[in-house]
Amino acid sequence: MRLTAAPALLAALALALAAPAAAQTRISIGIQQEPTALDPTIEATAAINVMVTQNIFETLTRVDRSGAVQPGLAESWEISDDGRTYRFHLHQGVAFHDGTPFTADHVLFSFERAMAEDSTNPRRIIFDPIESVEMIDEHTVEITLARPEAFFLFELARGPAIIVTPETVETNATRPVGTGPFMFDAWTRGDRLRFVKNPGHRNADEVALDMVEFRFIADPAAAAAALLAGELDAFPGFPAPELVAQFEADPRFTVQVGTTEGEVILAMNNARPPFDDIRARQAVSHAINREELIEGAMYGLAVPISSFYPPHGPAFVDLSDLYPHDPDRARALFEEAGILGDTLTLRPVPFPYGTRSAEIIQAQLGAAGMNVRIENVEWGFWLEEVFRNHNYDLTIVAHTESNDLGNFARDSYYWGYDSDAFRELWEAIRTETDDEARIALLQDAQRMVSEEAVLGYLFQLPLIGIFRDGVEGFWDSQPTLALPLAEVTVR
Amino acid sequence: MGYFLLRRTVGFLATLLTITVVVFAVMNILPGDPALTILGIEASEAALEALRQQLGLHDPVVVRYFRWVGAALTGDFGMSHAYRVSVAELVLERLPLTLSLAFGGMIATVVLALAMGIGAAANHRKAGDWGVMFLSQIGIAVPSFWAAMLLVLLFAVYLQWLPPGGFPGWSDPVAALRSLVLPIAALTFVQAAVLARVTRSAALEVMRLDYVRTARAMGYPRRRILWRHVLPNALVPIVTIVGLQFATLVTGTIVIENVFYLPGLGRLVFQAIANRDLPLVQALVTLFAVIVVTVNFLVDVIYVMIDPRLKTRA
Amino acid sequence: MSRHLTPNLVLGAVLVAFVVGVAALSLVWTPHDHAAMNIRARFAPASDIHWLGTDQLGRDVVSQLMVAARNSMTVALIAVLMGGSIGVAFGLLASALGGWVEDLIMRVADIGFAFPALLFAIMLSAVFGPSLWVAVFAIAFINIPVFARVTRGAANVIWTRDYVAAARAAGQGRFAISRDHILPNVAAPVIVQATIEFAIAILAEAALSYLGLGAQPPSPSWGRMLSEAQTLMFMAPQLAIYPGLCIMAAVLGFSLLGDALRDITDPRLTRSRQA
Repeated sequence: MRLTAAPALLAALALALAAPAAAQTRISIGIQQEPTALDPTIEATAAINVMVTQNIFETLTRVDRSGAVQPGLAESWEISDDGRTYRFHLHQGVAFHDGTPFTADHVLFSFERAMAEDSTNPRRIIFDPIESVEMIDEHTVEITLARPEAFFLFELARGPAIIVTPETVETNATRPVGTGPFMFDAWTRGDRLRFVKNPGHRNADEVALDMVEFRFIADPAAAAAALLAGELDAFPGFPAPELVAQFEADPRFTVQVGTTEGEVILAMNNARPPFDDIRARQAVSHAINREELIEGAMYGLAVPISSFYPPHGPAFVDLSDLYPHDPDRARALFEEAGILGDTLTLRPVPFPYGTRSAEIIQAQLGAAGMNVRIENVEWGFWLEEVFRNHNYDLTIVAHTESNDLGNFARDSYYWGYDSDAFRELWEAIRTETDDEARIALLQDAQRMVSEEAVLGYLFQLPLIGIFRDGVEGFWDSQPTLALPLAEVTVR
Repeated sequence: MGYFLLRRTVGFLATLLTITVVVFAVMNILPGDPALTILGIEASEAALEALRQQLGLHDPVVVRYFRWVGAALTGDFGMSHAYRVSVAELVLERLPLTLSLAFGGMIATVVLALAMGIGAAANHRKAGDWGVMFLSQIGIAVPSFWAAMLLVLLFAVYLQWLPPGGFPGWSDPVAALRSLVLPIAALTFVQAAVLARVTRSAALEVMRLDYVRTARAMGYPRRRILWRHVLPNALVPIVTIVGLQFATLVTGTIVIENVFYLPGLGRLVFQAIANRDLPLVQALVTLFAVIVVTVNFLVDVIYVMIDPRLKTRA
Repeated sequence: MSRHLTPNLVLGAVLVAFVVGVAALSLVWTPHDHAAMNIRARFAPASDIHWLGTDQLGRDVVSQLMVAARNSMTVALIAVLMGGSIGVAFGLLASALGGWVEDLIMRVADIGFAFPALLFAIMLSAVFGPSLWVAVFAIAFINIPVFARVTRGAANVIWTRDYVAAARAAGQGRFAISRDHILPNVAAPVIVQATIEFAIAILAEAALSYLGLGAQPPSPSWGRMLSEAQTLMFMAPQLAIYPGLCIMAAVLGFSLLGDALRDITDPRLTRSRQA
């Protein structure tokens, strides 16, 4: 008996030792920005949403790689004819990573927490249209809106609308617990973050990765070096367009250049001189040479825009012939506005696309007879001085939210644009539930803000992904801030 | 001597107090709203206000100062606004790496510099001396971040012998040490150059003294003279410089950690400032300053102990 | 004097003359407009037109380096003059009065030492926004305690000299003695220190600009050129080399010169308290 048992035991042991090693599929992913917390309901940092939304946490709805809304924790829903009542049918048998079974209570808790008086949710605007949230039964929730809201289902898929459980809500910032296909494992601050596969997830069979490691590498040169040294399998938001040509030429890597929802703009302070004068703004619009800008700042890897709407969106209209590049016309308009030769301050955001574009914009406005002084400021300073106090002439920044034309309708926004005509138009867009009619209205909105030269429209921020040969399934574009890893495979 | 030490200690404590006031004052004229930095540009004013309440940003400055110093004395440095864990935890998490860098850099510096400096002094006005002096001149003239760039280019990108940066954690000591080689080399390069020059000139000073000349004339072995007589007597300026170099080294780790993306205190302070994480910035800047002041204080004490002649005027 | 013509002095003087000369020349002439972009001609190799090629925006590298030399010299000069004169004044005062005044001044100097220039510059630029002036003030600030220490150390030695005792016996006041006897005698170590601090200031300016806290575009700076070149190391490694070499040449020049001057003046004076 012993003689026969021993080999069997050995074999079992060998299997136990060998099997995980053989079957373990792991991936190491480079991320430029390290978040300070891992809970998208308390902080706005893009990297939080990128890492945890759809991976650790789930939302009622989910946005897929094409930008379409798909079922998330809600497997289906019905919308009333007046567009105000949404009835969500929740997945059954779902559990949080700590074992708590997921029920309609959690939806109520999460939404009430985000909507509460003292809520610090960074995107409460998602919940603004909600009139009430009711539990119909254990697995059915009904949400009533005060008015129809065309983007509601899309908005529900965002990180700040994740479903959490009350037991872990205090510790989600450092040890996030959700229902997603991956579970938090370890976080070495300043270096790496590790997730492991959630074997209990309803789609666990389709998830290829057993372990995911994010490595925080802020410096583009170091990022490239780490890829070349084989320490990383993927860098889905690669920060250095200048290095793309090198990776394209290297057979060990594949490069994907996709789009984001980020419109990079040259914002002009419409509320104060000189840019309260439309001629000054038109002059700037004529002075911009997008082709040169994109070549110089982004190494050709970006799509020019002529309004505040992404070129890949369904309602895009090409308005590039409104203000073609024309330095002489720009000079004449500056002259007309009486500011030719004046000095303007340009405070770009402290990210590579911003500081690089600033230098080229400086030269282009210089060619049209204006002096531009660049002030490079820190992010915290920018938020306070430019965004909050509106203390600037010109700034360069990317607006990375989707459906953000509504910014023009905001009161006392940092652009200083104040138009009741636009506000009416935006109200019509928001409440229009017919797709075709809404697209027509969105096109009107693009024309309006472009004709009035509210901003200098520069280019759409590209999404550059560099992947080791054999890594597949990453999104090539980013219709919403997420990096779903359930679809990723590694060979 | 006792009186001197007492006076120095009182001065030392006064210095520490002044530093906390200065740091606190500067941090509080720093523009930028921590709540806005955390919640971003899509946040509503109500959410921002709620967060400001939570973070206790509404109390008067003086109240906040005393609350901060009082708590700090009991070892409580508050909660980091951005990371939402205690400052002490964050600092302790990152301290080992920065200390490894600083001490690794200091040890490598001292060993290299003593060897180069004494060697140069022993070969005064010969090829070896000129060689060491020239090398150390170049070392002084090279910015550490440029040295780091060149090291990464050579050893990480072309040769691929060492990782270009990052830190795998102490669970794998070999990998951890490997990732510290280039940063320490970049730090040492510059620091050793400074110290080697000081060592050389201090040693030369001592070698000019009568008893060394006598010993030489009497035919003592050169090596023995160098290590038994010259080095101990040249230690006064060397110790002073080593102490002062700690200040430079602290700055050095801030730069080097950012070049090699090492998760140490230097990188943390940059991130904390960008995040408007006031409790963390205050704690870190104070910590850096306290380290430097303490080392200065110790150097002064040692200085007097090695060379009691100076205490009369010092 | 010929015995002082050491290789240090010669090489130092030549390098300093070259860097200062180029910086001065850039005021009236550069091969091209240093700010003129030509994005289609980016990363051009060295040629007859662009002696060291062009950078990532197609600007002429030689012209950029020349103007950067001027910026670097200006920052170093203002910072060392500012910090040096304040520091020397405090050092003389401390040494002349002694006692608690000396103690106080040296304690304050300690606090100055306790703030690494980088932290100080980070705090300054967080409050005022980064600019070349932040770099100037940060470097000037760290120079104050350095000069105070050097001056006070050297002055303390002079105060024990017989001729100072004689002057005191003759009834000359402390400030008069400081002016007539101490200042001329500490001039040598102070000038030596200033030369060395000049080199350190060039390094510091480069580091601050590298971190984005110093010179702002389009004003060129060696440090900023390096930080821009860092991501381009694979594509155009030469851009990561030239500015570094320039920094090295300038710093080497000034520190060799300082060294040589130190050897010429009495080395025993600078021994006691080097900073």
